[in-house]
Amino acid sequence: MRFSFASLLRNAFSAHTGWPEQWRSPEPKAAYDVIIVGAGGHGLATAYYLAAEHGITNVAVVERGWLGGGNTGRNTTIIRSNYLWEESEALYDHALDLWQDLSQVLNYNVMYSPRGVMMLAHTVHDVQVSKRHVHANRLAGIQNEWLSPEEAKAFCPPLNISRDIRYPVMGAALQRKGGVARHDAVAWGYARAASALGVDIIQNCEVTAIRRGPDGAVTGIETTKGPIGAKKIGVVAAGHTSVVMGMAGLRMPLESYPLQALVSEPLKPVFPCVVMSNTIHAYISQSDKGDLVIGAGTDQYVSYSQTGGLHITTHTLDAICELFPMFRRVRMLRNWGGIVDVTPDRSPILAKTPVKGLFVNCGWGTGGFKATPGSGHVFAHTIARDEPHPKNAPFTLERFRDGRLIDEAAAAAVAH
Amino acid sequence: MLLITCPICGPRPEIEFRNMGEAHIARPTPEGTSDDDMAAFLYLRSNPKGLIAERWRHVHGCARFFNAVRHTVTDKFVTVYEVGAPKPDLAALAADLAADLAAREAGR
Repeated sequence: MRFSFASLLRNAFSAHTGWPEQWRSPEPKAAYDVIIVGAGGHGLATAYYLAAEHGITNVAVVERGWLGGGNTGRNTTIIRSNYLWEESEALYDHALDLWQDLSQVLNYNVMYSPRGVMMLAHTVHDVQVSKRHVHANRLAGIQNEWLSPEEAKAFCPPLNISRDIRYPVMGAALQRKGGVARHDAVAWGYARAASALGVDIIQNCEVTAIRRGPDGAVTGIETTKGPIGAKKIGVVAAGHTSVVMGMAGLRMPLESYPLQALVSEPLKPVFPCVVMSNTIHAYISQSDKGDLVIGAGTDQYVSYSQTGGLHITTHTLDAICELFPMFRRVRMLRNWGGIVDVTPDRSPILAKTPVKGLFVNCGWGTGGFKATPGSGHVFAHTIARDEPHPKNAPFTLERFRDGRLIDEAAAAAVAH
Repeated sequence: MLLITCPICGPRPEIEFRNMGEAHIARPTPEGTSDDDMAAFLYLRSNPKGLIAERWRHVHGCARFFNAVRHTVTDKFVTVYEVGAPKPDLAALAADLAADLAAREAGR
């Protein structure tokens, strides 16, 4: 059923009791053309583009928990494409292009809101690095501009630009096309659209083994709901990628860390944009519901605990209170952690693997949400054609062996 | 915040320590080592969901390095030991943990 003004009106008259389920919940078939492991935003987007753009509809998305219940439902929903290197600029800007009309394409309101992402600079070094980013981006045709402290305050009035704070604001880089989207709606929208095209989304189905044939190629997976056959498997398991890839005997250049976020009690609209500070480690925006959405940093050790230390969030709130003094008396409602898979160069891996038929989309680290549409789009291309899309061709596993790193350490959302 | 037992200084809060990554990854000699083996040394990590042997440094204390075995789901430390000591048998430690847990369940 398509959402339209007429369908909304019709269902309003029946007290909204007539809406059907938005996606099917089938039992797994014996075999599929493609299995996607992980029903987060990236996995569901991959399945959707496989069906919509490559005509491969005999696809299963298997998920250990419920769809969108991992990092897709835990992130701070920031969207931007102002990365430093050409490879990343192309990949993230591809995603930014797809965000523009995603709600119309999926017929599902993902509440994409290009309200501007402003990244603060607090030291001379920050200023130099930020300006380098601005210049690199403009050369590549990516929107990004430099603001003085006064211009930054004009764009975001709650910002404290006094000179006597511990880390004074010395300027900011602003990407006006950046913004936020409703993260759950992204997962739901892709799930609904993929399901409508024939993709089976199988939740509460944990992968326990990857089956290989005598030639080493994959032949399917073992799951808690029984074996499922497939000649192509795409692993999109975020923090658990090392675990799943280990089932195929592969060691990955990944380490998994808890990344935390928190939300405040709901407030009237007070905060017009997204503000990030890499140096003092805080990012903040206000959701349409009214709560302040605040992102903190990662813990320093490998962990799958989905919690993280409280001193990390405390440190972030110190920064928030100094930058935005009006939030000092705001109460925080909830905090949580997600497990992010971090690569040595802080760039993702979207590639074929040494195992025939096995593909991997991982390593998005602390900032994968923004790339969801682009990631799914190029990964579907990689699986369908058995060769990478030009935009993800540099993001191979072999780049670590060949020394072709895409070193976005300084460009990532948090200081490393 | 974790409570970490430095073998020299005793139990101290985590903010005194710096995690130094997976332990027991030996540097190969550059001569005769393939690119694949060098990349494996530099970048490939076991990243286990379970017991991990890792290096810590008590950077705001005695500044010494030491190794520890920790469970990456509970974040509980199983043991700490000196740099240079052989890698503990993680499978045996995991079996001990499972047996402990089973005994506690049975006693309940």
